[in-house]
Amino acid sequence: MSLDKPYMDVPGTTIFDADKSREGYHLNQFCMSLMKAENRARFKANERAYLDEWPMTEEQKQAVLDRDLNRCIQLGGNIYFLAKIGATDGRSFQQMAGSMTGMSEEAYRDMMVKGGRSIEGNRYTGEKK
Amino acid sequence: MAHITASVYTSHVPAIGAALDLGKTHEAYWDPVFKGYEFVKQWEKEQKPDVVVLVFNDHATAFSLEMIPTFAIGTAAEYAPADEGWGPRPVPKVIGHPKLAAHIAQSVIQDDFDLTIVNRMDVDHGLTVPLSLVFGQVDAWPCPIIPFAVNVVQYPVPSGRRCFMLGRAIRKAIETYDEPLNVQIWGTGGMSHQLQGPRAGLINREWDNAFLDRLINDPDSLSRLPHIDYVREAGSEGIELVMWLIARGAMNDTDGGKKPTVRHRFYHVPASNTAVGHLILENN
Repeated sequence: MSLDKPYMDVPGTTIFDADKSREGYHLNQFCMSLMKAENRARFKANERAYLDEWPMTEEQKQAVLDRDLNRCIQLGGNIYFLAKIGATDGRSFQQMAGSMTGMSEEAYRDMMVKGGRSIEGNRYTGEKK
Repeated sequence: MAHITASVYTSHVPAIGAALDLGKTHEAYWDPVFKGYEFVKQWEKEQKPDVVVLVFNDHATAFSLEMIPTFAIGTAAEYAPADEGWGPRPVPKVIGHPKLAAHIAQSVIQDDFDLTIVNRMDVDHGLTVPLSLVFGQVDAWPCPIIPFAVNVVQYPVPSGRRCFMLGRAIRKAIETYDEPLNVQIWGTGGMSHQLQGPRAGLINREWDNAFLDRLINDPDSLSRLPHIDYVREAGSEGIELVMWLIARGAMNDTDGGKKPTVRHRFYHVPASNTAVGHLILENN
């Protein structure tokens, strides 16, 4: 019998559950390694070589190189771990969150100042806006 | 005997810490946020708590995926502010209360809540931003803190009901501690926010305010709200709000006592990606 996952129909949202965590274990632990300054320096000096030290999938490595956070999340990444890549790149949490929405940094910031993304039309996938 | 005199609730947005540390509190963007916390700073000077049990979550700082404790109580003598990748926040180290923490662990575990006991842990913005908001920019925190970490990063997180019942068990534990301590319990995190995916930036003002109303007036029924409602209505990271139910469960009225008094209530959008909520409840 499969587990109940009632969160699969929330639009634009991936829930980091035990299955995702298993899939993303090495990706997230790579991110965690960037908490150390010497590792950040080594990663910046040669990203590909540093990634190759980790038993990540090729897709995961490419998603990191592309800084494609949506793809990283699909492949098991968790935002709090992925934020370490953002910190390494000198990007704020808002810049990182905004980068996943397809909006420009300015448009995302303006949306937040005006009260954020509305819940209306954003509860269920396929819901009419 | 020790007593819980009040509970305090607040969001713990990292950008708030950065705004404080970089001296941006009077900028037009941040001014309304910090105005909402002027009351609590004064109130705490009058309350003079002896200890704060601070319910928070770690954000992939002390706990990587190597170990993911659902509930963890800090029993250490002190905790260092963590380097989360931007350098440690320039705030005082956190002094623990090992004796009361060990007492709570002993009591609560025997009450069927299987806590993880932590003797070494750096504390991230989840713990230090609430301290800064409530106590201000100080050279030393005014009292010892017992960090109480909850997993809200990897799903499934503990249910609201479990958190509420845990709060009740913590209250029982504190009331059997022999020293006459004035203890506060804080619930942190939230309110509505989503930091990931195309739906990032979600805010639900109406839902947040209904949550505050129910937290004050009907926490028992609120604690039965399923996870999916938090995720769908308050965003994937809005689930942090289950931590508020631990603090609320520790108030007298959950065990036959009188209803608490609302001393302060504040709500503001936005702080970075997040809706900021803040509440003070005093026991009667």
